[in-house]
Amino acid sequence: MIDKLDAALRFNREALNLRAQRQEVLAANIAHADTPNYKARDFDFASRLTQAVEHGRASQPVQMAATSSRHIQADAPPSMPERDLLYRVPSQSSIDGNTVEMDAERINFADNALRYEANLTVVSAKIKSLLSAAQ
Amino acid sequence: MPHPSASMNIFSVAGSAMAAQSQRMNVTASNLANAESVAGPDGKPYRAKQVVFEVAASGQQDIGGVKVAGVIEDPSPLKMVFDPRSPHADAKGYVAMPNVNVVEEMTNMISASRSYQANVEVLNTAKTLMVKTLSIGQ
Repeated sequence: MIDKLDAALRFNREALNLRAQRQEVLAANIAHADTPNYKARDFDFASRLTQAVEHGRASQPVQMAATSSRHIQADAPPSMPERDLLYRVPSQSSIDGNTVEMDAERINFADNALRYEANLTVVSAKIKSLLSAAQ
Repeated sequence: MPHPSASMNIFSVAGSAMAAQSQRMNVTASNLANAESVAGPDGKPYRAKQVVFEVAASGQQDIGGVKVAGVIEDPSPLKMVFDPRSPHADAKGYVAMPNVNVVEEMTNMISASRSYQANVEVLNTAKTLMVKTLSIGQ
């Protein structure tokens, strides 16, 4: 039962989480608009969401508790790197090596904020329908 | 749900950028105010100052706030003005005036204030989103 509830909300949860992460990356880009040699970062939302939904979110690598030195150690690598941030390719270069383009970053930021809100609305609606089904 | 500390990170990143930009404004104000100061407290003419920004190290990889790495003095030569009547004039009658470039300082000020505004907007957006996140399921 709980498993099904989790599954119902899982996609939106992962999407919301990634939106929040992207918001943070974009906020950092805007913050560093005047920092020399700062390179603007971003990540591919679609591929990260697919990864998160299909393989789960990366956490600490899973390790087995070995109580004897003769136990075989097996540690699974994390399924996905915590942050594989990409670099933006600027359309205009600047002298100080900074690749933040304020207009592009702000458009991305506003767009991401709006999508985050849309996602919140969907989650709320989903929770409401689940609640009314439970009553 | 988003990780709480991750969402809070926006506040610290934008906040550090605002602090850095306001320090830049401060330095610009000091430069403009002292554009005509013949002598500073040490008896030497005022030299224009600039702040240097840097990415602040944070626990997370890649993302960090803005840090003011230091305030540097402009090494360019001082303006020499011929004014033999001034008490600060040298043997040839020249007075060393600050090397403040007023045009540069004005553009610097506009740039700093625009960047500050952008970060305020980021902060407001992040705050609105956080408030809405808190009302999930209500």
